[in-house]
Amino acid sequence: MANADAVSRRVAAAGPRRVGTGLKLALKGVWKLFGPDADRILVTSSPAPSPGELATRNIITAVRDVNLDVREGEIFVIMGLSGSGKSTLVRCMSRLIEPTAGEIVFDGKDLLRASEREMIEIRRHRMGMVFQHFALLPHLSVLDNVAFPLDIQGVKRAARYERARQVIDLVGLAGRESHFPRELSGGQQQRVGIARSLAVEPDIWFLDEPFSALDPLIRREMQDEFLRLQTLLRKTIVFITHDFDEAVRLADRIAIMRDGVIIQIGTPEDLVTKPATPYVAEFTRDIPRAKVLTARSIMAPIEGPLIADARVSGDARIQDVAEQVMRRGTAVAVVDGRGDNIGLLTREAVLSVLLGKDIAK
Amino acid sequence: MTIAAGALPAPTWGRPWIILWCAVLAAVVLPMALAQPESPMLIYPVGWEIPFKTWISAAIKWLVEEFDLGLFTFKQLTRGIAWLLDGPLWLARAILLDGVVIPLGGERVVALPPLSWLSLTLVAACFAWRSGGGRLALLVGGCFLYLAMFGWWESAMVTLASIAIAVPFGVAGGLALGIAGYRRRRFEQAMTPVLDLMQTMPIFAYLVPILFLFGFGPVAAMIATIVFALPPMVRVTMFALRQVASELVEFGRMAGCSRHQLLWKVLMPSARPGLMVGVNQVIMLSLNMVIIASMIGAGGLGFDVLDALKRLDIGKGLEAGLSITLLAIALDRLSQSLARRSLPRRAGSQLGRSAGPLLILGVLAVPTALGTLVPALAHYPDAWRITTGPIWADLVKAINIRYFDDIDAFKNLLLLNVLVPMKRGLADIPWVAVVVAAALAGYQLGRWRLALLTGCLVLFIAVSGNWEKSMVTVYLIVVSVVLACLIGIPIGIVAAGAPAFNRVVQAVIDTLQTLPTFVYLIPVIMLFQVGDFSAIIAIVAFAVVPSIRYTVLGLTGVPAHLLEAARAHGCSRAQVLLKVRLPLAFPEIMLGINQTVMMALSMLVITALVGTRDLGQEVYIALAKADPGRGLVAGLCVAFLAMVCDRLINAAADRRRRTLGLAS
Repeated sequence: MANADAVSRRVAAAGPRRVGTGLKLALKGVWKLFGPDADRILVTSSPAPSPGELATRNIITAVRDVNLDVREGEIFVIMGLSGSGKSTLVRCMSRLIEPTAGEIVFDGKDLLRASEREMIEIRRHRMGMVFQHFALLPHLSVLDNVAFPLDIQGVKRAARYERARQVIDLVGLAGRESHFPRELSGGQQQRVGIARSLAVEPDIWFLDEPFSALDPLIRREMQDEFLRLQTLLRKTIVFITHDFDEAVRLADRIAIMRDGVIIQIGTPEDLVTKPATPYVAEFTRDIPRAKVLTARSIMAPIEGPLIADARVSGDARIQDVAEQVMRRGTAVAVVDGRGDNIGLLTREAVLSVLLGKDIAK
Repeated sequence: MTIAAGALPAPTWGRPWIILWCAVLAAVVLPMALAQPESPMLIYPVGWEIPFKTWISAAIKWLVEEFDLGLFTFKQLTRGIAWLLDGPLWLARAILLDGVVIPLGGERVVALPPLSWLSLTLVAACFAWRSGGGRLALLVGGCFLYLAMFGWWESAMVTLASIAIAVPFGVAGGLALGIAGYRRRRFEQAMTPVLDLMQTMPIFAYLVPILFLFGFGPVAAMIATIVFALPPMVRVTMFALRQVASELVEFGRMAGCSRHQLLWKVLMPSARPGLMVGVNQVIMLSLNMVIIASMIGAGGLGFDVLDALKRLDIGKGLEAGLSITLLAIALDRLSQSLARRSLPRRAGSQLGRSAGPLLILGVLAVPTALGTLVPALAHYPDAWRITTGPIWADLVKAINIRYFDDIDAFKNLLLLNVLVPMKRGLADIPWVAVVVAAALAGYQLGRWRLALLTGCLVLFIAVSGNWEKSMVTVYLIVVSVVLACLIGIPIGIVAAGAPAFNRVVQAVIDTLQTLPTFVYLIPVIMLFQVGDFSAIIAIVAFAVVPSIRYTVLGLTGVPAHLLEAARAHGCSRAQVLLKVRLPLAFPEIMLGINQTVMMALSMLVITALVGTRDLGQEVYIALAKADPGRGLVAGLCVAFLAMVCDRLINAAADRRRRTLGLAS
């Protein structure tokens, strides 16, 4: 635990994770309706039918007109309560569930135009998924479970076992290769699930509430483990959760979903400081501000000559720099990515954040 | 029918219902009082009957004699199938019983002996030991030893050979259909009524068509066995596949499985424990079919039982019946324990793994080979044989001499005061009233769809000309089910409250369920002679199991927090039982009663052998006269009665469960 905590602190202190600018996955006007004639109604009615109208026709709206971009190398969290459509949405991204309408652009190609054969190839080589209840095959050992996706691809036994051993090592399960799933704890089972999804070196990694079925302590440990893996692997990640704390801890950006609609997309800081609706504000209310606010967002402008001798990154979270600022008598300089001074972080500003005073501008 | 329908719980007894049911009552009473004795309202006129039986017979005759598929005739097709099954059966019999003689020209022959009785017993015990430990090994070994010691080895091997072939075919066929049904909802929807019908049709009813299509003999009997054992496998397959967690299926698709890979690498292995239950069912049903199949030439133990039954040879019948039972118990426990062990475990000693097959091979080969030198190994020596037949015969004789008057008095009391009046009463109810009552009960519990179904099914019975025999059937079933419930539910209630007693009860009913249906008849006939009374006793003994099982299940399934709440409010034990546990267990108990009805109906046909005058007898006569139409129509009547009952009880239980918030 101690070690994992240290890792997470180091990761967090490194500031925002480097996110590439490339676009990995884009959803454009994606709908998923369940019910009688659900396929036809979007074609026949224009403008799009209202939620009430759909409800009167016994059509359930799981996903409603979702637009979002996932950038290369980022952790994109979709947060929503049960029934908000988040699980359906992530399954639409891999066409496990066929969307009713819209485009799913993955590396510049619309997946909805891909044939079944092509989809199988894409899923085999370029997508990985981790499931809430682990979805391990009960009749296979840990090694065979992890090697399973490679077996499906037709990789020879020796090669797939070698690769499987690598990822089992990576998730810290070395020595348990011959165990069967039911002989492992929940946390260990999910490590197997994670290892399995990484075995094929996917371009995009879907995690559907991977830690929801675990005890709080184990959950925390697994989140740290997950962040550690991500600093090593730099995958593009779509992460589903119903736990806002978890979202804040892990996300580069969060999309808040309710009743099939995405209400707001933004960094954890955006959601806290500028909630789009009272619903979002309700979620963010109990989040300690120091966890999400960055130095940039509360710095004071530089007036006159700069006398600060210490500097912090503008993207650093207050939680991670508070001690440094409070220990010094003076304000510290805030610098941008190129090392230029862009503002001052005062003790007063940090203190008010720590005390939870409302600093929303 | 009116009585059965009226006894159903009606959750909404609004005023209109009372009026409607009064109308039904009037429809019963008024025609009886006013109409002429020969009125078509009272007795279904012969002239209105539709000759289904003649049509079906003609159709089957045409199928067998005329139907040409182009390249070959239908008859050639069926005989071809029979020929295909003949090979494996011959092989199995060669291994177990006959051995093989290969002529090498002239006088020289190589004779391969069949497996020695000692080999097979030891191998069965070995398997049992590896999968279930020493006690199971003793049980299984003991069962096989009984077969040898009591002189049933040859018969048992005939039976075992046909089961050894029928089970794989039944399992494979069931898997194939089940997978198809899992993949295509349409196919499942089309298959479900057929499966329902196959499971509720008395087995006798399709013996005749099979006889026509496949001829008389072991192969035809095996086909009948497969047809009989197949439906549960189909259902279990579909169920087990659907039970596989949706996440696992999603994972399989995400891993990029093709349809084929998804089925064989993800679905089937994950569903394996469930599927093994199906395999066990196929084995048990095949064994259950042994006696019936011997009516169309299966031979083996079934023939021995049937023969003893016909000659009223009590001792022989009991011993042969017991050998089927022991074979069933051995195979049941063995397959169950193999199923339980089907989940893999981390490899133990590699030595143990590789030594197993070698050991078994050795045990198979050595005594068999030695058997060519030592005759006692090839055939169990006659001198070592034991028989208890005379003891049983004497015992029954003694009981009959000593207690005949008491038994007879009891029998007559029941017959005169309950059975005969009830039989008369049911026969007197106008058929119109029964049809209306069935439809009305259907409407009340499941609206128009159910009303249409129940009404039409009952109407079919009238139209087919089996009304009178159907009413006798209803009477036998009602009496038996009521008796079974009067015995079973109290036992269940007591067992649910007393774990030690419950363990005994569970052991007894587990054993009762492994007994082939025919076996129940043997002691009953010995003690009570033929007639309705014996039939009822046999039916009750056979059908009492589910009413006990489901009562225990329902009562112990009541959530603990509700019981705590009841005690916290100061309920006495009796109050907890009456006010909390029984009402909550009610839907389960209803399902138990439903199962009791189904089992009673399946036993009913077999009791035709002890001389009832119901639909069972009709089917049996059809078998004797080789009249497929008559048998099938009577079989359909039994099946329809079962369906009406099943649908009504299920609808009522469902409703009750919804009211209690137990179902989604």
